[in-house]
Amino acid sequence: MLRLPPFTYLAPRTLEQAVGQIGEAGPEGMLVAGGTDLYPNMKRRQFEPKVLVGLRGIRDLGRISGTPAQGLAIGACATLAQVASHPAVAEGYRALALAAGAVSTPPLRNMGTLGGNLCLDTRCNYYNQTYHWRKSIGFCMKKDGDICLVAPGSPRCWALSSTDAAPAAIALGARVRLVGAGGERVVSAADLYRDDGMRYLSKAPDEILVDVILPPADGWRSTYWKLRRRGSFDFPILGVAVALRSGPGGVIEDARIVLGAVASRPVVATRAAGLVMGQRLTADLIGRVAQAASEPAKPLDNADLTIGYRKRMARVYVERALRELAGLPYDGAPGGAR
Amino acid sequence: MTAGGGPRFIGRPWARVDGPGKTTGEARYADDLVLPRMLYGKLLRSHLPHARIVRLDTSRARALPGVHAVITGRDLPVRFGIMPTSQDEEALCLEKVRYVGDPIAAVAALDEETAERACEAIEVEYEPLAPVMSIEEAVAETSVRVQEHGDGPVPNVHKNVSLEFGDVAQGFAQADHIREDVFFFQGNTHLPMEQHSAVAQYDAAGRLTLWTSSQTPHYVHRALAKVLGLPMSRIRVIATPVGGGFGGKSDPFSHELCAAKLAVATGRPVKITLTREEVFYAHRGRHPVLMWLRTGVRRDGRITACHIKTFLDGGAYGSYGIATTYYTGALQTVTYKIPAYKFEGTRLWTNKPPCGPKRGHGTPQPRFAIEAQMDKLAEDLGLDPVAIRLANATEPFTRTVNHLRITSNGLRECIERVAEASGFRAKHRRLPFGRGVGLAVSTYLSGAGLPIYWNDMPHSEVQIRVDRGGGVLVSCGAIDIGQGSDSVLAGIVAEVLGLAPSEIGLVTADTDLTPIDLGSYSSRVTFMAGNAALEAARKMRELLVAAASAHLEVEPDGLVVGDHRIHAAAQPERGVTFPEAAALAEARFGTLVTVGSYRPPRLAGPYKGSGVGPSPAYSFSAAVVEVAVDPATGEVRPQRVWIAHDIGRAINETLVIGQIEGSVYMALGEALMEEQVFRKGLHKIPSMLEYKSPTFLEMPPVETILVVTDDPEGPFGAKEAGQGPLLPVIPAVANAVYDAVGVRIDEVPITPDKVLAALDQAARGGVGRVGPRRVPPFRFRDPIKVEPPAGWSVPWRRGLPVAGGAPGLPDDLPTGTAPSDARPRDREAPEEP
Repeated sequence: MLRLPPFTYLAPRTLEQAVGQIGEAGPEGMLVAGGTDLYPNMKRRQFEPKVLVGLRGIRDLGRISGTPAQGLAIGACATLAQVASHPAVAEGYRALALAAGAVSTPPLRNMGTLGGNLCLDTRCNYYNQTYHWRKSIGFCMKKDGDICLVAPGSPRCWALSSTDAAPAAIALGARVRLVGAGGERVVSAADLYRDDGMRYLSKAPDEILVDVILPPADGWRSTYWKLRRRGSFDFPILGVAVALRSGPGGVIEDARIVLGAVASRPVVATRAAGLVMGQRLTADLIGRVAQAASEPAKPLDNADLTIGYRKRMARVYVERALRELAGLPYDGAPGGAR
Repeated sequence: MTAGGGPRFIGRPWARVDGPGKTTGEARYADDLVLPRMLYGKLLRSHLPHARIVRLDTSRARALPGVHAVITGRDLPVRFGIMPTSQDEEALCLEKVRYVGDPIAAVAALDEETAERACEAIEVEYEPLAPVMSIEEAVAETSVRVQEHGDGPVPNVHKNVSLEFGDVAQGFAQADHIREDVFFFQGNTHLPMEQHSAVAQYDAAGRLTLWTSSQTPHYVHRALAKVLGLPMSRIRVIATPVGGGFGGKSDPFSHELCAAKLAVATGRPVKITLTREEVFYAHRGRHPVLMWLRTGVRRDGRITACHIKTFLDGGAYGSYGIATTYYTGALQTVTYKIPAYKFEGTRLWTNKPPCGPKRGHGTPQPRFAIEAQMDKLAEDLGLDPVAIRLANATEPFTRTVNHLRITSNGLRECIERVAEASGFRAKHRRLPFGRGVGLAVSTYLSGAGLPIYWNDMPHSEVQIRVDRGGGVLVSCGAIDIGQGSDSVLAGIVAEVLGLAPSEIGLVTADTDLTPIDLGSYSSRVTFMAGNAALEAARKMRELLVAAASAHLEVEPDGLVVGDHRIHAAAQPERGVTFPEAAALAEARFGTLVTVGSYRPPRLAGPYKGSGVGPSPAYSFSAAVVEVAVDPATGEVRPQRVWIAHDIGRAINETLVIGQIEGSVYMALGEALMEEQVFRKGLHKIPSMLEYKSPTFLEMPPVETILVVTDDPEGPFGAKEAGQGPLLPVIPAVANAVYDAVGVRIDEVPITPDKVLAALDQAARGGVGRVGPRRVPPFRFRDPIKVEPPAGWSVPWRRGLPVAGGAPGLPDDLPTGTAPSDARPRDREAPEEP
């Protein structure tokens, strides 16, 4: 079988210890929570850390507190299974519950965490391969090489943002709290990401994502739709998170539409969301919004199914998500269901 | 003597005998074995699809602490291969690598990490050669040669076959309507849960033992002897429980030979377990096949002639490929009366992992083509898909135009019952847009009629020993790969001796301890090992009854072998227990050992190539699949599958239904998502995450109907169940997609992007089809012309006694989810064929 490379595992009991240890480890260190993505990647040598700082032993990092009315704080080490089934998340932040519940398989959701999914490494089917395979095709710039195999002329890496939780968190207006040696800062979930397949997080490597802060859910309704080949296992090849706040008479007062797995970062479809402001959702308007929302989606040939297909599904999935929230009949199903 | 009260197990559902061990984790698979002083082996595999090895330097690897041996092709220079005519594999490549993953060197070290580091320390210098990566490239390429051997007319042709039965030109001239269609069936792989693994030990006395996850320990035994230069008598091969084979563990493999050689070199046990990626490289899976099919029919749907051309993408080595090539042309005639038939087939070399046998071996691809074409022909003629198949269905006890002998044949009943159970006639063309049903039929062998290497010996042998305590030990070379062969052996012996299957001791698949069985391939074990077990068990019963007869002073004819007892039919209390009977028999006859063996009748036709296709009996299946197609996403979701299978008679109904449901599952994966695809010379997705295979969330409900036909030569009337039920499901899905949304996807897998492309084309006024448009120009051989057997389509006999002592077998045994209603059997005296 593929073996893990040797490493030292540290198990801090407090956040302060963890911050100290990851800082001390420097570039050789990595953080790990559930490990459901990190360990397989280590076996394939995507990562070869000498030190892993495990966050699971830190008390309170798995806590979910607050209410939809006041806002919710979800600890980064809350498992995806906990997030998916938590009544307050389901009540006020349905997109996040659906997204967390659509990650991978039930056993991996019992191990994998919300923080881990938000920080999930970007993916590419030239990159998520064994060392032997990558050596055979010629290493890519994301690990061990210096070109992008998806777009060989490109100066940058085009690996795909493949987190389900991020589009939902951004659509819900979430912020994340980061703690490092230099102190604590809170950034919007959207600002956590950079449009670069390699340096895809604005978080410094020695900063720890501590919790996800969700604003009061008052008046918001949201959903998450995921395209994948199978009803389990698969990473998204498209994620669509939509959050709407309606006023009297069903007029949309605020809207956010976020696409996942179409670029190296979650893509916020601002123009499309603007089309619904002050409007009532009709089938016709939804069609136009879906068209506009799918325009920024520029899939490349580095994930399952064809580029054209994935691009086209962006429109179909945005349309279905909006119809669902508008109470119009729709085909398919939200979340990871098929 | 008679069996008392009818069968107690045969034809009924009962728990498999290996179930407790496999469900509790007690079963020891090859990778579970750990021997004292054992080393871990690893293979260094090629990084290039096609290259000459210029330099291979293992010195740095040898120098690593913990490394005990490094071997290269020079240490194992003798070539091998499963087919005698394709001895083209090297355990480790000597001069050339032919696909990414081709093994070059092997290392034995104290642990896996060290072995892996040692592989990385081996320096390989390649001279790259242009890779040949597709059927089209292989046909067109004139200078680059993947393999040294071939069959012309261009360099990358492994096999070139042409056979013509009857007058095909005349057949097409008699047709009222002729269709030509082109189909493509993409390659896919077996995806067993258990990766291949082997442990070798070479003892101080110079005997080699290999434990291996193999479907064919006997063929591994032969390859080991050949490549290692040891007599077979100094080699022992033990097949460990196989965690899924599906054809993927039927060849002798490099890791088995290397583990053995490393064990010899180090004097220590060596284990090599493949990684999942390596399993994708070992492959031997479904050949990609490009097919051209021309069929002529009369107005009423009856076929007048059929001509098929198949192009197989074989990968880099022969494997079973010659047989596969013939199989793409062999069995179309077993379901349909085709009076004139031409088959042209070629297998091509490409720089990809070698293809080989996967469940259905070479027949699912042409079955997809002919069943999709039958659907189109039915529509052309205004017939329904049921009617056109009934109009052409073969009859029991007939021959085919290509000299195959059909015995029991429940095809017609399969079609009628599956159509009825699914409500096919009420649904076809009548469901709302987006919903559809499709029908298809198929057939498969109950064991290949000929062995892989020419010999006159039995294909399967069983030995039974009964001890004075009443213990029964059955020895047979057959290996249970999950299909249930252990349960078949135990069930047959238990039935004959009046015991329960769980009471039968089994020693299987150990070349030192068990008589031969050729292996778990070609759906042969129930039929062949089953017949051998039946013969041995009946002999044992005779000994026990004779001893009981003398003791009880009742004539043997007046005795009944009942539930753990032998007793007088007239006076049930006058009897002996089974252990008492065993002790009496041992006192009378000495050691109680009986044997049985099975060799199929000589069935090959009078032409070269007739060795592939004959079988002592054929199973038949018919399936209806109902799908929902989302016209906006192109997604196809099977809603329900109805499948009727002519099983002859089930030895264990639970296992038969399990095999059928497993076949449906595998077929749906092949129909809708699985594909072994390559990019830049590499397997694109060698992982269980990205090679898409269905999860149980994708699995629809399956309704199984067992059709009982009691084959006259099968043990207790049994035929195969392991492979045939896969075949009709794939074309039934394609036909259902057409019924749902009006587009033809003439290419497997039917992925959502293909469905959308076809819908777009249809919306623009086009035909709404995705599939290949042509086959490449290729010069097949001049055909071997063969006269059909005289009177081939006329039944040559009706009804026969069933092997296995039908006395006491009631006709109303349970048969799956539906009651049995096999057509009444005529019990006239048999005529010789």
